[in-house]
Amino acid sequence: MATLELRNVNKTYGAGLPDTLKNIELSIKDGEFLILVGPSGCGKSTLMNCIAGLENITGGAIMIDDQDVSGMSPKDRDIAMVFQSYALYPTMSVRENIEFGLKIRKMAQSAIDEEVARVAKLLQIEHLLNRKPGQLSGGQQQRVAMGRALARRPKIYLFDEPLSNLDAKLRVEMRTEMKLMHQRLKTTTVYVTHDQIEAMTLGDKVAVMKDGIIQQFGTPKQIYNDPANLFVASFIGSPPMNFIGLRLKRQDGRLMAVLDSGQARCELPLGVQDAGLEERDVIVGIRPEQIMLAPHEANGLPTLRAEVKVTEPTGPDTLVFVQLNDVKVCCRLAPDVAPQVGESLNLQFDPAKVLLFDAQTGERLGVGAALSAQDSRGDNVAQFKGR
Amino acid sequence: MSSVAAFSKASPFDALQRWLPKLVLAPSMFIVLVGFYGYILWTFVLSFTNSTFLPTYKWVGLAQYARLFDNDRWWVASKNLAVFGGMFIAITLVIGVTLAVFLDQRIRREGFIRTIYLYPMALSMIVTGTAWKWLLNPGMGLDKLLRDWGWEGFRLDWLIDPDRVVYCLVIAAVWQASGFIMAMFLAGLRGVDQSIIRAAQIDGASLPRIYWKVVLPSLRPVFFSAVMILAHIAIKSFDLVAAMTAGGPGYSSDLPAMFMYSFTFSRGQMGVGSASAILMLGAILAIIVPYLYSELRAKRND
Amino acid sequence: MTSLAGKSAISLSRIAIYAVLIFAVLLYLVPLVVMLLTSFKTPEDISTGNLLSWPAVVTGIGWVKAWATVDGYFWNSIKITVPAVLVSTAIGALNGYVLSMWRFRGSQLFFGLLLFGCFLPFQTVLLPASFTLGKMGLASTTTGLVFVHIVYGLAFTTLFFRNYYVSIPDALVKAARLDGAGFFTIFRMIILPMSTPIIMVCLIWQFTQIWNDFLFGVVFSSGDSQPITVALNNLVNTSTGVKEYNVDMAAAMIAGLPTLLVYVVAGKYFVRGLTAGAVKG
Repeated sequence: MATLELRNVNKTYGAGLPDTLKNIELSIKDGEFLILVGPSGCGKSTLMNCIAGLENITGGAIMIDDQDVSGMSPKDRDIAMVFQSYALYPTMSVRENIEFGLKIRKMAQSAIDEEVARVAKLLQIEHLLNRKPGQLSGGQQQRVAMGRALARRPKIYLFDEPLSNLDAKLRVEMRTEMKLMHQRLKTTTVYVTHDQIEAMTLGDKVAVMKDGIIQQFGTPKQIYNDPANLFVASFIGSPPMNFIGLRLKRQDGRLMAVLDSGQARCELPLGVQDAGLEERDVIVGIRPEQIMLAPHEANGLPTLRAEVKVTEPTGPDTLVFVQLNDVKVCCRLAPDVAPQVGESLNLQFDPAKVLLFDAQTGERLGVGAALSAQDSRGDNVAQFKGR
Repeated sequence: MSSVAAFSKASPFDALQRWLPKLVLAPSMFIVLVGFYGYILWTFVLSFTNSTFLPTYKWVGLAQYARLFDNDRWWVASKNLAVFGGMFIAITLVIGVTLAVFLDQRIRREGFIRTIYLYPMALSMIVTGTAWKWLLNPGMGLDKLLRDWGWEGFRLDWLIDPDRVVYCLVIAAVWQASGFIMAMFLAGLRGVDQSIIRAAQIDGASLPRIYWKVVLPSLRPVFFSAVMILAHIAIKSFDLVAAMTAGGPGYSSDLPAMFMYSFTFSRGQMGVGSASAILMLGAILAIIVPYLYSELRAKRND
Repeated sequence: MTSLAGKSAISLSRIAIYAVLIFAVLLYLVPLVVMLLTSFKTPEDISTGNLLSWPAVVTGIGWVKAWATVDGYFWNSIKITVPAVLVSTAIGALNGYVLSMWRFRGSQLFFGLLLFGCFLPFQTVLLPASFTLGKMGLASTTTGLVFVHIVYGLAFTTLFFRNYYVSIPDALVKAARLDGAGFFTIFRMIILPMSTPIIMVCLIWQFTQIWNDFLFGVVFSSGDSQPITVALNNLVNTSTGVKEYNVDMAAAMIAGLPTLLVYVVAGKYFVRGLTAGAVKG
């Protein structure tokens, strides 16, 4: 197992072409599970290929266990990878697939057999050892691909969207299995996905990427509660965060956000802020689960009466859509609340959880108690040019 | 840049691995550059010299080309190519497409029939030419057969008729190549989107009409490929002429490829022969280049 | 298939279609049948009978005489074809492997040049090639012909393999590289085992092209080193003596049987080769 550090990694495909990766900085400790998440084209797969040595970087350094491996070929980096398409060798049996890397490293046959047995037992593929990949189901192929990686006992595991080709039910099962396996084996892992649920559930550390830049690097909790910019806030969380563009009002030295449901108004106090903030266009971000039904006894939190426009009972919750400041806002309420369309509800907000973003740049604006110390070392806040 | 320094840490094995693909390709690259393009250039140069039996490198400008254009046999050969090529391409296309369309109708023993249509392609043009030379033999071939069968007074002496001998070449070439065109179009037909056809059927169109107006037009790329390949075969036709007529009677069935061989190797006129080869190249380029150009244009417009 | 499903199988149009197809079958088979019939007749029989008349006496003297004439040349063709097919296929496989999975700057350009070379009229290279062979001391030898066929077969064999390998996902090569395999190991242990179909196509295509070749044979060989196609042509087109058509036809059959046999046995690979080349244009 090993530590992984990326220092100022850059990559271009040629002079005159835009950078595919810009100033990537992150580091993970021995045994940690790092997730690279982002939309298609954000560069996460390219970054993974660079870590593996399958592609060259044009600047910066990749350190494994404090050793600069940037110029080394893939086989010298002691890395194993599981591909989205599994990439099993079609003319070889499962056993031969797993053995392949070990044979090349000239391991003794007895040691190889031991490894194959160990891995087969771990992944429950013992009964498949003599089959060819073409005779296996998708889930079985995925396990064989993992077995091939595990048998190598490498310093670092790389997973390139390994669950994307599985059907939804299998995906959820395999996700849990992966988490269990990581807990047991404590392997240093880098995992690429476009699925933000996988990012939240599997990772110790998450790097959200867009356009070749790391938008934010932190724990899943930090990413969720403390997004660095509009993109991260909108990408993580389902249903996504509500965004309302407005201008803040300054009153008695304190800033407020005014929400208007058409029937009523309420003011969210946002504390003492930088001077001049009320002159800028800002975006207020509120997660659906942070909007609740107001209780009968007043508890000091701002409330607002609003008309229900759409309801979506999902089973575990009921999603209720209201119109605030001419924006459709989603509220996640308890499932037994069954409002009718047209009915009016009393909603309650917690200003401490409300986030503020600059409307022009998308950057997060410093705000109240919810803001915890950011992990400054990996934090690259991008210039987000509007939505 | 730190990555440059990092590369020096790569092992010698890695360095070899990086060069290996290039090393493997290198001999072929050399062969192609020399044996294809280098030799073409050489022939091009020769066409401007007054080489006869042996190459001499005395520059004579366009004299050899002029002699070519003055040469009646070259004109006959060129005219023959146009007639032969045109008829060959047209007839082969018609027969090939028709057979393909018919075979597409869920025929029993389709595989067997296809095999029969295609087997001529497996034969050498010399064998084909020999066979058809016998079949078209004036007096002992087809005409005798048909006379014996009751068609009295039937004569088929095209093979020795200077005005008609080219048709004999066409017959043999069509026999050889039409199966291939059939196979191409059959594959193309099998790839046609079924939903277009069903839509036409629902619109009430009859099957022949569907083929004529919907299916065949959608196979335009296949047509182009077929024409290109057939034109290529026509221009290169040498074996067939050698076997069937050796260019005769006289040189009335000559074709450029035969002309080139004859002048270069039999008559010791390397300069003229080279010029004719270059003109043949020009003919092929005249067909390929517009085709490639339109293909590239189509790709860019996608 | 575009036929109208469900319609009665025995309609007038279907009868017409079958009639045309069967007629075509006969037309395609007639030359072969005639060749066979003629080869088993005596010359007298040939002059009295006609193309399709059954031999008065089925005799093999035509064949005996034909074989005596083309014997050596048949083996020449084997000596030329077998090495040329094997070598050009091997080189084509390696080239295709590099061009599809180890691309580098200039490799695409090379592929373009190669592709263009498929359309070459060989007339443009005959003279320089014969000079070169002469300088190498290989003029009029079967070895010289082997070289020529390898050089000018490269374009097609490379095309076949490259087009086939392009459809293999490169995640496979990436996985192998991570496993520690190098250039040749990946080729030998992973790519080659997957290549059986295209190897068959290439072998059969090359065999047919090289065995059937006449142009290179007649230009680059003479006398004892000629392949059977040249020998056949010489035999058939001699203007001296009495024409013995039974010998001619038997000789043509001898020349044509190898490729015909290959076609009958492994025809589907032959067809794939044809359409693979055609698809690329």
